[in-house]
Amino acid sequence: MATQKDLDHITKDDALDMLRRMIRIRRFEEKLSVLFKRGKLPGFVHLYTGEEAIAVGACSALRDDDRITSTHRGHGHLIAKGALVNRMMAELFGRVDGYCRGKGGSMHIVSFELGIIGTNGIVGGGIPIGTGSAWADSHLGRDNVTIVFFGDGASNQGVFFESMNIASVWKLPVIFVCENNGYTEWTPTAELTAGNIVDRSAPMGIPGEAVDGNDVVAMRLAVERAVSRARAGDGPTLIEAQSYRWNGHNEGEEAFAGAYRPDAEQAEWRERDPIVAFGERLVSAGWMTRDEWDAVDADELGSVDAAVEFAEQSPFPDADEALLHLFAGDSEGVR
Amino acid sequence: MNAQSTTTDRSIYFIEAMREGLRGMLTEDENVVVIGEDVGRSVIGATRGLVDDFGPMRVRNTPISEATFVGMCVGAAAVGLRPVVDLMVGSFFYVAMDQLADQAAKLRYMSGGQVTLPIVYFTASGPSGSAAAQHSENPHPMLMNVAGLKIVMPSTPYDAKGLMVSAVRDNNPVVYFQDFVLGGTRGVVPEELYSIPLGVGDIKRHGTDVTVVAIGAAVPKALRVAEVMEKEGVSVEVVDPRTLVPMDYDLILESVTRTGKLVVVDNARLTCSAASEIVATITERGFDLLTSAPQRVAWADVPVPFSPPLEERVVISDSDIVSAIRAVLA
Repeated sequence: MATQKDLDHITKDDALDMLRRMIRIRRFEEKLSVLFKRGKLPGFVHLYTGEEAIAVGACSALRDDDRITSTHRGHGHLIAKGALVNRMMAELFGRVDGYCRGKGGSMHIVSFELGIIGTNGIVGGGIPIGTGSAWADSHLGRDNVTIVFFGDGASNQGVFFESMNIASVWKLPVIFVCENNGYTEWTPTAELTAGNIVDRSAPMGIPGEAVDGNDVVAMRLAVERAVSRARAGDGPTLIEAQSYRWNGHNEGEEAFAGAYRPDAEQAEWRERDPIVAFGERLVSAGWMTRDEWDAVDADELGSVDAAVEFAEQSPFPDADEALLHLFAGDSEGVR
Repeated sequence: MNAQSTTTDRSIYFIEAMREGLRGMLTEDENVVVIGEDVGRSVIGATRGLVDDFGPMRVRNTPISEATFVGMCVGAAAVGLRPVVDLMVGSFFYVAMDQLADQAAKLRYMSGGQVTLPIVYFTASGPSGSAAAQHSENPHPMLMNVAGLKIVMPSTPYDAKGLMVSAVRDNNPVVYFQDFVLGGTRGVVPEELYSIPLGVGDIKRHGTDVTVVAIGAAVPKALRVAEVMEKEGVSVEVVDPRTLVPMDYDLILESVTRTGKLVVVDNARLTCSAASEIVATITERGFDLLTSAPQRVAWADVPVPFSPPLEERVVISDSDIVSAIRAVLA
């Protein structure tokens, strides 16, 4: 656990913004869980509850023009990078005001304007893509960096090793952030994964750092160190953030998954709620009162409710839009 | 743009024509980069010597990590590069299939058109004589089924250069197949830069009795057969689509309107081949134009074997094309 002294490294404004974004993610995901149970959402969703500190800590170390690639569990990364909950919710409802005009859905919400190069339904799929944006930025002489978010499951995909290798030999400004939430889908990660994921960087000649993924400040400081190296042309970093997925792999899994996680384990991690931990530090530091904290929470709850209203009022796209957007320069779409 | 240049009758190899196209694009746009395994040295030849003129950052050797460098081009193209990838051998697409089919082909569509991905993936492909099963594939049929990839497959050095220019200038992922056996064929190619639009086919030989649509390395075979059949009094028209996605169906239909007979020759396995798709589409759109059942000429549905007589048994031959023409004329 990081010390209170870590707060010396961030400003009060930054800290309050980070807490707000973590709360926004939590309330957004909780709302989706309810909407899913009520049958309001087409398709299915993978929720980020419990892991908020990773996305928010990491993205708070980035500039607006830096980039990320994300995963099937991507809502948290999007919100942390500045995505609007209204447009995210509209996308989840398949509506025309969604970021992708309803073509992407939960696993493919992207906003290129915000530097989100892609979210991904394929485990590990975004790792080469983010390595590639880092390559382009480096080749073109820019100093942008890319964070590649991926899970413990993706750490066993070939592209993870391949991408670390090429990022190392080409010294690319990419930060590999592995979110180890303990479970590869429904199987304990330890049963499927040799050694420690963070140790996989050393043979590639890449610095590796294990971080408490429930500590948003520790996460931010680790990513700041990696960003400094990347911007200075010193190449990639691997960060393994240990955390826990409060919800299942996907909502609705109780229909088939069974009780695969011990109750005590779940309770223990909920005790370590990253939002409560950070909020209490801010209160102790005198940067926020409990009333102000409650007000932020109420505000974010309200904006999530408003996002649902926005999404429900947004029309579905015209059905013929299904034939658009395949190729650039083809305004008439597919025949 | 389709007309042959009158300023030169210079004849060069197909592979040199590809290289001239690449050289022209590297010169025209500094955001164009060429990557791949040993692209500096260039086993097949399309990139040979380019590193001397453009340097090792713009003509860059990659590790043998096809999935990753195919995918890296997606991120790179999204933020401003125009990557051109030498995959070297057609089968290597299979190694990179997720990044090609799920990422490169889908990202623009999934994002509602937010991103533009100007990428060229080119490769030598097809049987070349005892290269065996994993170095003889022509995977264009399955890639035609992946929406989001444009596909070109030139048959002449002239088309090879003009289509390379268009492929690199296009703002979409384009897969460019160079049939292995065409690499060493020669033809007239203007020295200046020119482009051939994607989606526009070419009638390689005019005829009146039967339309033979031929793709890639099947084109010179069909032309050779046409010469032979001319002596028998059969006038064969050879149509080269040049681009498989988008496909110039109008040109094929127009030809079938005149001949009423259709043979499609594809240098690939029969099942779900480009030939299958062309025959199906022309049958749907032009059933009344056809005066006999169309025929497909393609490989037997097995991997391409190593031993020369076995390979010959599997891949398309001139006599297969002759038989198909006779069948539609019967």
